[in-house]
Amino acid sequence: MVMTFVFAFFIGGIICAIGQLLMDVGKLTPAHTLSTLVVIGAILDGMGLYEPIIHFAGAGATVPITSFGNSLTHGAIAEAEKHGLVGVLTGMFEVTSSGISAAIIFGFIGALIFKAKGNVD
Amino acid sequence: MEKEQYQKLEQYVTPKPPYLKNVAKAFVVGGLICLIGQAVSLFYMVFFNFTEATVGNPTVATMVFFSMILTGIGLYKRIGQFAGAGSAVPVTGFGNAVISAAIEHRSEGFVLGVGSNLFKLAGSVVLFGVVSAFFVALIKYILVTLGVVSW
Amino acid sequence: MVIIFPSKPSVLAGGVAAGPLEKRSIFSSYFDVLYDDERWQMKTNEQGHRQMVQEACQSAIKKLGVQNAEVDYFLGGDLVNQMTPTNFAARELAMPFIGLFSACATSVSSVIVASLLAELGAAKLALAGASSQHNAVERQFRYPVDYGAQKPQTAQWTVTAAGYALIGQHREDCPAIEAATVGKVVDYGMDDPFHMGAAMAPAAFQTIQCHLEQREQKIYHYDLILTGDLGQLGLKLLKGMFVENGVDNEELTILRDAGAEFYGQDEAFQSGASGAGCSAAVFFSYVLQQMRVGTYKHVLLVATGALLSPLSFQQGETIPCTAHAVELTMK
Repeated sequence: MVMTFVFAFFIGGIICAIGQLLMDVGKLTPAHTLSTLVVIGAILDGMGLYEPIIHFAGAGATVPITSFGNSLTHGAIAEAEKHGLVGVLTGMFEVTSSGISAAIIFGFIGALIFKAKGNVD
Repeated sequence: MEKEQYQKLEQYVTPKPPYLKNVAKAFVVGGLICLIGQAVSLFYMVFFNFTEATVGNPTVATMVFFSMILTGIGLYKRIGQFAGAGSAVPVTGFGNAVISAAIEHRSEGFVLGVGSNLFKLAGSVVLFGVVSAFFVALIKYILVTLGVVSW
Repeated sequence: MVIIFPSKPSVLAGGVAAGPLEKRSIFSSYFDVLYDDERWQMKTNEQGHRQMVQEACQSAIKKLGVQNAEVDYFLGGDLVNQMTPTNFAARELAMPFIGLFSACATSVSSVIVASLLAELGAAKLALAGASSQHNAVERQFRYPVDYGAQKPQTAQWTVTAAGYALIGQHREDCPAIEAATVGKVVDYGMDDPFHMGAAMAPAAFQTIQCHLEQREQKIYHYDLILTGDLGQLGLKLLKGMFVENGVDNEELTILRDAGAEFYGQDEAFQSGASGAGCSAAVFFSYVLQQMRVGTYKHVLLVATGALLSPLSFQQGETIPCTAHAVELTMK
């Protein structure tokens, strides 16, 4: 269990470090960087490699944005397995990502209670 | 001065980003955020009967909630300036993108402002997440049909 | 490109209003109104922006002891879409108004137009200046203010400030406008919106060169050549270009930049300040007052502007820039 915490820190940190390299060395904007990582997450899941990472690193793999690609792909593939080609399509409508719904809900609540402030520190 | 000559001068004067320092900061802060996420996961597994396979969803939602608080009090952008990708890549960064846009566009109302602009930064992540999931699943289906791989 | 003003219109008074963060500016003691609330207790940033423009104009008008109705023209601009803050301020001020957009170079382009009107005898008094409000500008050009993107060392901080000056017929005890140069639009292929200094420096260089050549002057003829908002890196690049042209280091100390000095050496602001309000606030407070007390007798103000939009950047266009200069003297 302690090891999961250690791996969560290291795997999460490494994914973020890759993101930083994409931004600094690759000169990508944050939006490009995050989009790239999401696609990588989806591809890794397609090759069956993301679940094992979650298994040993826990939140180190579920918290970074790559897990979006993973959970969406996971749903789509599960549906495809059940219903064939149609499943690929319907899978897209069945799968959800809690990150998206959470962001929508908390975005709405945030807009209700907070005001933007242009402070520097 | 010619364009090429100026571009050389510009290259010479402009400081390079401190690559190593930035990567180290991203690694540590990103790692810490995931560590907190792991603690949240543990909490849900111990007290709410979630399993390792299902705990991802409540963890992510809780992390986005933390992100809302930090964004609202103006702390997340300070963390972002320090950590770079360290705070942008975790799902809290996705939350920050959505929530900061929502707070910002409150002044144009909830329908035209918040509603229309909620995903103006994070929309590309949703787009590429869904589209890549579609194509990955499609390719996998074709490969399985051809007998190259199995589910 | 160089305009000579034989009647030497004068800058009769200046007014500057600035936000809470600008209290940390090394020029803050010269500003007339400093407000604790960046929205000026209005509901939106844009309304606060408008209020700030009015405050700056009113404090210039009050200093000269005239009425709003005596001002013949109101010339100015800002960086928000369609310049609504300035347009709406013009509605409140009820003066004949022409909105001007040269991005951050508006602080000088407006002075040039006002001087022409004064030279022509069409204006006894004309208000000229520019403004920017951090939140309103950032949300338009970059990201929401609470978004946690990492700014590089080359980035600059948009100031919350409005600076306006009253231009009128020549008066002995006020800085006089001798000449001005309207700059060309220069594009050296820079495309990083977080490195505006690099995009604008060539424009400043060309305008200063052109002004000096046609006026048959050298840099050392001036006590101060102050650019608008190149920032620390942009100023370095400008000096670099003059060094290539054989200007020696001692002469280069005459070259200064309002954006590079605005927040002192505070690293939280990266390369320094920017925004239309940056040059306007420094030109129409610090520079005017230093000229009145005789610290500077011959000054060239060069405001630089990056003529990009968020769309042009996303479409992969480079950043064209301009710089306008105005030459002031004090007896």
